[in-house]
Amino acid sequence: MNAVARQQRRAASNPIRTVALGRLRPAAWAWRVCGLLLLLLGLALQPAGAALTIEIVGSGERQIPVAIAPLASEGTLPHNISEIVAADLTRSGLFRVIDASGITPIPVEPGDIRYSDWSARGAESIVIGAVAPVAGGRYEVRFRLMDVLKQAQLAGFSYTISATQTRNTAHRIADVIYEKLIGVPGAFATRITYVVKRGSRYELQIADADGFNEQTILASNEPIISPAWSPDASRIAYVSFEQKKPVVYVQTLATSQRRALANFRGSNSSPAWSPDGRQLAVVLTRDGNSQIYSIGADGGAPRRLTSSSAIDTEPNFSPDGRWILFTSDRGGSPQIYRMPASGGAAERMTFNGTYNVSPRYSPDGKSFAFVQREGGRFSIMLQEIGSGQVIPLTNGGIDESPSFAPNGRMLLYASIRGGRGILAAVSNDGRIKQRVTASSGDVREPAWGPMQKGF
Amino acid sequence: MTRILVSAALAILLVGCGTTDVKEEGAPVESRSPTTTTAPPVTQTPASKKPTAGSIKTESVAANPLKDPGNILSKRTIYFDYDSSVVKDEYKPLVTAHARYLTDHRGRRVVIQGNTDERGSREYNLALGQRRADSVKKMMMLLGASDNQIETVSFGEEKPVATGSTEADWAKNRRAEIVYDND
Repeated sequence: MNAVARQQRRAASNPIRTVALGRLRPAAWAWRVCGLLLLLLGLALQPAGAALTIEIVGSGERQIPVAIAPLASEGTLPHNISEIVAADLTRSGLFRVIDASGITPIPVEPGDIRYSDWSARGAESIVIGAVAPVAGGRYEVRFRLMDVLKQAQLAGFSYTISATQTRNTAHRIADVIYEKLIGVPGAFATRITYVVKRGSRYELQIADADGFNEQTILASNEPIISPAWSPDASRIAYVSFEQKKPVVYVQTLATSQRRALANFRGSNSSPAWSPDGRQLAVVLTRDGNSQIYSIGADGGAPRRLTSSSAIDTEPNFSPDGRWILFTSDRGGSPQIYRMPASGGAAERMTFNGTYNVSPRYSPDGKSFAFVQREGGRFSIMLQEIGSGQVIPLTNGGIDESPSFAPNGRMLLYASIRGGRGILAAVSNDGRIKQRVTASSGDVREPAWGPMQKGF
Repeated sequence: MTRILVSAALAILLVGCGTTDVKEEGAPVESRSPTTTTAPPVTQTPASKKPTAGSIKTESVAANPLKDPGNILSKRTIYFDYDSSVVKDEYKPLVTAHARYLTDHRGRRVVIQGNTDERGSREYNLALGQRRADSVKKMMMLLGASDNQIETVSFGEEKPVATGSTEADWAKNRRAEIVYDND
């Protein structure tokens, strides 16, 4: 059974319905359906306000001007979809949202649009649409993205949702707009995880990528570090110190069930999922020094991947599953190395500086982010694997734990500001910068979740 | 000063030994019995001679050198230089005393917990803390303690004694702590 058929069969047993408006390629259609199905998972959880506030502190050179008209009757849903879409696009730093106020009547269908109104305001495209109640207490959300110059439709969809799916539907719409106008998929309908420390309390939390719908999935009086999403976004591996030592757990989000994946003599840490989700690389000290092992995602005996007398840690799989990047001080200072995913000879990747750690492959596998110490400062760097070229993405602070958005365009990382741990994000060219602050406490150890598709 | 530090470290350790409260939305996680810190038994088996009637109290205290503030065995913390896991000369008597104690008491077990200061990657620091704990273990084994008496673990930068960001704070956090079972 091919992927489309499988998705359509799921759609048949699922009350969510997506319909393309106007022209649309079948593949893209299936992609949306699948994506929307997966919204259910996230939305089964109780929504909450935004505990994280995201502000833009730097933006791209050219911003695409896009107008977003209020969707007709959108006030019948708990959140205004047009406002969420506008906030997503603005936050990306790649768009300038054109003020739509004062234009009456507000266009709902393509025939309603007086294109001169919008070109006068500098809009290159405009988003229109409507919300209407349908049977079963559900709602139909329609939107179209129109090209103002060509006066033609770029995209159009209709979603049948429940009220609790409002925010995620808006993110899904922002993803469509982003993909149409930027050329790569958006990552608005994704989730992030991070650790908040308040006093002596540690909370492992997940939230939507815009900081809303925050939930605590583990609270402890002992530290929690290194959360890592499974590739299908259904589980999170992390290190908890609740047993007075570091132990690796894997927790299933839908059920909150968890198990200790690695709890051997000594320390157990640094979980990293293989792209197929079947195994994790972990760091164990059961045979002596910190070395990298692989272990089945459901447990079992670990298999040793490195055999050095040094520290080998922070494994990270390449997206194609062939390689593992890791940190090792086998050459005298911590540097980044690469080895085959099944173990074997390692090749040194970083050569500048005496402290290069925390490697993370970009989603296209062509580069990796890492942390470099220079003086007392820690910066996020990006190295292209083919050329070896390195560019700094941040500088001047204490920046740690980089994590790519699944579309590769932004990286989330941990930083310190005013003595408090915060999260920040930077674009993969270093130009666009966002700051993410929690209402209280220290935030650290971010991990950006995968695209909500493919399972 | 060192004694204050050590007792502060112990106090923090004891405070830190509260139960881990695993709160979940929805279904509970696997249940486990909470780890509570209980006071050590007042009466330890005397190491050498039997106590005579009437002197049990004094005998039992004297018989537990780990609890005697005048005994070097009451000191449990070894401090390290930046980016180093070498046990400095000034801590060798302390490590030697614990190694001898373990050699003489084959039933006793310890966990050595390695720690680092806050600078740098958390996972790399976890490995550095492990290396500090291993360094102490290695010395103890050379002095007669056996492998199965000593587990080494690391807290990395996660359990600072001093929470500031000065060199003095960092120096207090680069440490290994010896924790006895039932202690």
